Amino acid sequence: MNLELLTKLTQTFGPSGYEEEIREVLRAEVVAFADEVRVDPLGSLVVRRRGKEGGKKILLAAHMDEIGLMATYVDEKGFVRFTSIGGVRPTNCVGGRARFADGTLGAIAVEWREDATTTPALEHLYLDVGATGREDCPVKVGDPAVFVGPLEARGRRLISKALDDRIGCYVLLEVLRQLPETPHDIYFVFSTQEEITLAGARTTAFRIDPDMAIAVDVTVTGDTPKSLPMDVALGKGPAIKVKDRGMIAHPLVRDLLVAAAEKAASPYQMEILLYGSTDASAMQLVRAGVPSGCLSVPSRFVHSPSEMVDGDDVENSVRVLLAALPLA
Amino acid sequence: MNRETLVSTLLTLSEIISTSGNETPMRCALRPLLEGHVDDLRVDGLGNLIALKRGTGESALRFLVTAHMDEVGLMVVGYTGEGALRVEPIGGVNSQLLPGLRVLVGSARLPGVIGLRPIHRASAGNFKTVPAVDNLAVDIGAKSREEAEEAAPLGTPVAFATTPRNLGESLMGKSFDDRAGCTILTALLQGERLPFDLHGVFTVQEEVGLRGAQVATYAVDPDGALALECTVADDLPKEDEDVSPTTQLGKGPALTVKDRSYTTPPRLLRHVMLTGEAEGIPYQLKQPGISGTESGIIHTVRAGVPVMTIAVPCRYIHSPIALLRVSDLEHTFQLVQASLRRMTPDVLRP
Repeated sequence: MNLELLTKLTQTFGPSGYEEEIREVLRAEVVAFADEVRVDPLGSLVVRRRGKEGGKKILLAAHMDEIGLMATYVDEKGFVRFTSIGGVRPTNCVGGRARFADGTLGAIAVEWREDATTTPALEHLYLDVGATGREDCPVKVGDPAVFVGPLEARGRRLISKALDDRIGCYVLLEVLRQLPETPHDIYFVFSTQEEITLAGARTTAFRIDPDMAIAVDVTVTGDTPKSLPMDVALGKGPAIKVKDRGMIAHPLVRDLLVAAAEKAASPYQMEILLYGSTDASAMQLVRAGVPSGCLSVPSRFVHSPSEMVDGDDVENSVRVLLAALPLA
Repeated sequence: MNRETLVSTLLTLSEIISTSGNETPMRCALRPLLEGHVDDLRVDGLGNLIALKRGTGESALRFLVTAHMDEVGLMVVGYTGEGALRVEPIGGVNSQLLPGLRVLVGSARLPGVIGLRPIHRASAGNFKTVPAVDNLAVDIGAKSREEAEEAAPLGTPVAFATTPRNLGESLMGKSFDDRAGCTILTALLQGERLPFDLHGVFTVQEEVGLRGAQVATYAVDPDGALALECTVADDLPKEDEDVSPTTQLGKGPALTVKDRSYTTPPRLLRHVMLTGEAEGIPYQLKQPGISGTESGIIHTVRAGVPVMTIAVPCRYIHSPIALLRVSDLEHTFQLVQASLRRMTPDVLRP
């Protein structure tokens, strides 16, 4: 694992709709390996590797946006109310910190509540950025922020904010670097706005009009104390999606990934996710329909400042995709 | 369009009944306002009114501006044995508003009342709850079920019966959401030629799922877009003062940073804010994260469209009587026109 690269990827600012900074980081990583690089109208970074005459068009998508917060109101004392960018749960906020694009740091606090046994709503939370009033508050309404959560390695386990889905971006970068000559045109898409509307992958897939699309994203696990029953565990290999809330993976794509995992001698797990979805759910419905699937990196504590993945799963995801592309 | 014409246009459009799916009256009212000012005017398969005003040719941009013609209301879905009309809401209607209300039924604008048992007959408990729409009926004075069916067949639209009022600094009326947007789009199309082609679309069925905007955007295939709206002003006294008023009357057009349906591209937002500052036009940022607009569908069409919602702040939208400030209407028109005049491809770059 290239922890220096992963640190850069996870720690760069990029909540949904504000992906310019992370896009530039990714662009610098891809230029040496690309035949063509472009940015689509909604900001997705599209990296093309040309195949041979008569090859297929295959789209690999990992989203570069992350969940975040947005200031909605600054009160007279300088406290900042906020809304969510993407799926932010209040229980993952309280006691944490958020950082704005200009570096301003805020402590996330909760109002005093008579009944503290219930879960607070986002409306009950606020940010304290150290201001003494509205006048000296550096945060303005509409300013986006992200969780603070540095990358730490603990054995093979990695903890950071935004592993959803910078770990997918990392996997795509590794595939791009290691990919030899390919019979097919491969489009590596670093998509925007996955956490809010899936609009980046949807519109980019429209423009590319691919023969097949595979999202590379995280999925949750069922291996933690009193977790939702789910047959995916950390460290047991990449998860090949069968179904989630937004799609049923196309059987050909699912079976292709299984065959690739077998060929690469990689462990793998079949994923049925009860909640949530990925870019693949939007891409499958573009134009006349796109056979789509998803390779998931199992992750604990998704959408918290401390998401956790296993390095072996990450490396095996790269190997499975490299094995899958020539089989398509 | 000057202040007086903006006001008279809005008051005229406000009185038209045009619930979602029944937008013919609005199309008929808009046509004569646009003919002679635009280079093409057509109606698409869903009923969107699509105007093209050619640019001067200086810029090759294709730009889309939308405003929706439809309004929330009710629809006749059945009858009581006594000849009253059973209704269902069309779009977001707060049932708290309905009991006792005067309404107009169908293109004949038949007067009706949403009746409630008189106070003499109500048991004490009745006052504590709001009846659901299912338990309400519109009485048009029909003496039998047959007479009601004849006067108001199934599917007949029902709208708030509101006579708009000009209060000088403020206007009162129904369906300012989105007749305010339609007024501004009309003014744009009647105004000067821009450097690029302006596709002005008066859309259908926004209130029931952004349907008109979806297909119109597909047809126009624009490089960028604005959705003109009328949005919530929640600036009345509240128990808790440390809460955002969403928008405030008199503070200028409300710019959307992010709502539930989309996020404005930062360059486009900055362009509009800088335009306001350069031209001395006030604006305010709408509280992020609230409500949804046509931008929510426009940005997802084809290869993606940079889009932004700009709205006239308004109290009591989706109710029989909304209230807005004339200065906000005027400033919204000015800011939209100036932002378009200064539009460049760079503003739309991601």
